[in-house]
Amino acid sequence: MKSSVITFPGSNCDRDMDVALKKFGFKNKMIWHDDLELPKSDLVVLPGGFSYGDYLRCGSMASKSKIMKSVINFAKSGGLIIGVCNGFQILVESGLVPGVLLRNKYLEFICKNVFVKINNKQNSYFKNINNNVLEFHIAHNEGNYFCTDDQLKEIEDNEQVAINYCNKEGRIEDQFNPNGSIKNIAGIFNKEKNILGMMPHPERMIDPSLSGEDGSLFFKNLINNLK
Amino acid sequence: MLVNEQVALDHGLKKDEYAKICELLKRTPNITELGVFSAMWNEHCSYKSSRLHLKKLPTKGKQVIQGPGENAGVIDIGDNDAIVFKIESHNHPSFIEPYQGAATGVGGIMRDVFTMGARPIANLNSIHFGSPQNKKTKNLLRGVVHGIGGYGNCMGVPTIAGQTSFDSSYNGNILVNAMTLGLVKKDKIFYSKAAGLNKPVIYVGSKTGRDGIHGASMASASFDEKIEEKKPTVQVGDPFTEKLLLEACLELMAGDSIISIQDMGAAGLTSSSIEMASKGNLGIEINLNKVPCRESKMTPYEIMLSESQERMLIVLENGKEEQAKKIFDKWNLDFAVIGKTTKSKKIELYFNDEKVASIPVNTLVENSPMYDRKWKKAKLPKKNKIKKEELNNLKVLNVLKKILSNPNVCSKEWIWQQYDHTVMGDTIQKPGGDSGVVRVHGTNKAVAASVDSSAVYCWAHPLTGGKQVVCESFRNLISVGAKPIAITNCLNFGSPENEENMGEFVECVQGISEASEYLKFPVVSGNVSFYNQTKDIGIKPTPSIGGIGLIKDYKNMITMDLKEIGNIVLVIGKTEGHIDQSIFARSILDEKNGPPPEINLFNEKNIGETLLKLIDNNFIKSAHDVSLGGIITAVSKMCIKGNKGINLKKPKFLINEIEYFFGEDQGRYIVEVTKKNLTKVMDILNKNAVHFDELGVINENELYINEKTKVTIDELKTYNKNWLIDYMSK
Repeated sequence: MKSSVITFPGSNCDRDMDVALKKFGFKNKMIWHDDLELPKSDLVVLPGGFSYGDYLRCGSMASKSKIMKSVINFAKSGGLIIGVCNGFQILVESGLVPGVLLRNKYLEFICKNVFVKINNKQNSYFKNINNNVLEFHIAHNEGNYFCTDDQLKEIEDNEQVAINYCNKEGRIEDQFNPNGSIKNIAGIFNKEKNILGMMPHPERMIDPSLSGEDGSLFFKNLINNLK
Repeated sequence: MLVNEQVALDHGLKKDEYAKICELLKRTPNITELGVFSAMWNEHCSYKSSRLHLKKLPTKGKQVIQGPGENAGVIDIGDNDAIVFKIESHNHPSFIEPYQGAATGVGGIMRDVFTMGARPIANLNSIHFGSPQNKKTKNLLRGVVHGIGGYGNCMGVPTIAGQTSFDSSYNGNILVNAMTLGLVKKDKIFYSKAAGLNKPVIYVGSKTGRDGIHGASMASASFDEKIEEKKPTVQVGDPFTEKLLLEACLELMAGDSIISIQDMGAAGLTSSSIEMASKGNLGIEINLNKVPCRESKMTPYEIMLSESQERMLIVLENGKEEQAKKIFDKWNLDFAVIGKTTKSKKIELYFNDEKVASIPVNTLVENSPMYDRKWKKAKLPKKNKIKKEELNNLKVLNVLKKILSNPNVCSKEWIWQQYDHTVMGDTIQKPGGDSGVVRVHGTNKAVAASVDSSAVYCWAHPLTGGKQVVCESFRNLISVGAKPIAITNCLNFGSPENEENMGEFVECVQGISEASEYLKFPVVSGNVSFYNQTKDIGIKPTPSIGGIGLIKDYKNMITMDLKEIGNIVLVIGKTEGHIDQSIFARSILDEKNGPPPEINLFNEKNIGETLLKLIDNNFIKSAHDVSLGGIITAVSKMCIKGNKGINLKKPKFLINEIEYFFGEDQGRYIVEVTKKNLTKVMDILNKNAVHFDELGVINENELYINEKTKVTIDELKTYNKNWLIDYMSK
């Protein structure tokens, strides 16, 4: 399986993503934002970080960079794209997934482990995963997902919510919402479910010595689904 | 502008210093030259009051590759890997403008590390604020934490450990010390020494603006009511540009075109160019019209003294300019050939085809002033006589609850949750433990780092305090199973012109020297920050020690959370119940006098090494050093972290319960061992003449004290966790 991780100026989880993808069997290539063409890929990842310093709005300048045209074409052809953290912000800014990401409710950067409940397993990302709840890790300042009521209805009708913040038992309640996201949304799909945008960093959960191993579960499952 | 004595005084120079400048130049300096002298000769850059004493610090060791004098220290961790690290203060700017002050402190120290070719792999910080009741404290704390996070998070470097304290002596002068560790291949370390004639001098990074002019001079003066007027001297940071600069520099460093490289920190272009020329025994000629400027009509004086951030100066091999420029173009950074190395041994500046300054390099560096300031030796205070009845009336549990929620003991999670501590995917011990630990990427090795200071002990008796901080750092590394290698120090003190403050400095340095010599824990980098005072009152002497240790196989790392019900908990090291200067004496008895706990370096080394032996034998399940709040505070924190309880019993000693549980005797650790291994562990401790007491057995979730009192761990957790959250949300 071939994957491509895009490096924007200011990306800083690109290496971590490269390490994770390779660990679980992807042949990964790092792609520079200024390139015009994506190489042939089964998966494209927009990594976390602070592309363009988060200036203007998080992800907005990166969404206009040269490579994004090729990424958008790849999306239209049904290619799989994951945007993590800043990558999610870039997806939102490019209109590839609906909604916006606002500043965290308590106006503070937050770095900690959280639990997320998988809402929809009818897609390449979560199909065949046994767990309903995963322990993931978040590290962000602008992860407060928001959309209009109409958008929300559409998202829910199309089952586009991928994961919600919850507790260990999978209860989705306000007290387990770290950033104020509407309906505890931690990640969403596009209508076709080939694009996944999420705030949590699965690439930081791939080793028992790190924050945990549920990221391993995610990547293993993903590559098996793609085979 | 004509230069005279008054102008020199306004630049922070002393009368005799100005006279010396005129004598060295054999003429009156012009304003640009005066600016350059004032930047190089201020306390911050010249170390004029401290140099004499810093010479005493032990700086050599088997693993030391580079000691003080470069951008950062370098130590060998085997397999051609080396760690570059340093701690630096950014106190004055952070008090004036907490967000930018702290942010640029973090940016500055990271540049010091990647200037040497190392990729930063971890950040730490030591931050000290005034009393929580002081009306400025909360905003300063919030601003500093946001600033540190704002910069470090954007750079993608994990902040893995730190220290925060509150003390009214910092009411008018907070401390922000930032530390960075970087990883480099031993044969790819870059230095600041220029070499060769007619080599191009290159400016890269951000453009030069009018920010931070005289920042270094500001950091060399005391604060007064007019402090707000100094805001323009605080630099403004741009972590995004620094991230690009980091990647561009590392890309250039992968080749062989760099002769020397130096970041523009304090005193900007002035100190970076002079440093390079001085170390290479060369001259440097700069055409100031070539310097990329952010604002129009900047004068030579402003260009030379600007402290705009995210800039570097590089001496390149001839003919490599184009190749280097390509890299900086790719990263969208300025790249300009601004001058060349010369044989003149002078700094020669040109502007609009005119020579605007010509100063022999040695006058700025070797001939810079050095003072043997007067200092007063501190007496060891007399021991307090605390009445036994007074102690007997206190309930251990009540005291424990108060101490766990004391601002200086409570959990600092509110702070470190705002720092990205997991980016780079190698953080195997997060903040909140004894040391932060990161793996050396792609290997089995891990590096442990901690930062410590004990201002109260240093204030009570500087010599003992100085030793204590080094020992504390040693213990924090050992507690996670790391072998201590070397330290960096940030020496925060009041005015060197005050005999008592100077005495505190001299004796703390003496204490640090003695301990680091004995423990073979050399000082490889650091900085001095004087004039931390408001009006005439200095802060408590606060040397911050950043220690580095190595864990050969990261799987053997130790953490402090209690692991298993039924295991035995011991305290190793002797408990005599030293109460003076303890957090108990100060916060419960309101007793501020008396000597700090004694340091016995022989015991310190012996106990530490014995514990490492036990760890190597896989006998230790969890460990934590005993510091503020004594045994029971340390044990409680281990319970909280591990979500386990303990049946705690005081051995039958003569000393009182309170003294036993809350005394702050030094050189002690709490360790957890299995029942099965207990005899073997006791054998090793006995063989090495290490005293220990059995404290109790681990239970499910309650703390029993001498079978009389009990409390759930959840309740203790609440006391420990809530103070800071409540304080910040009020």
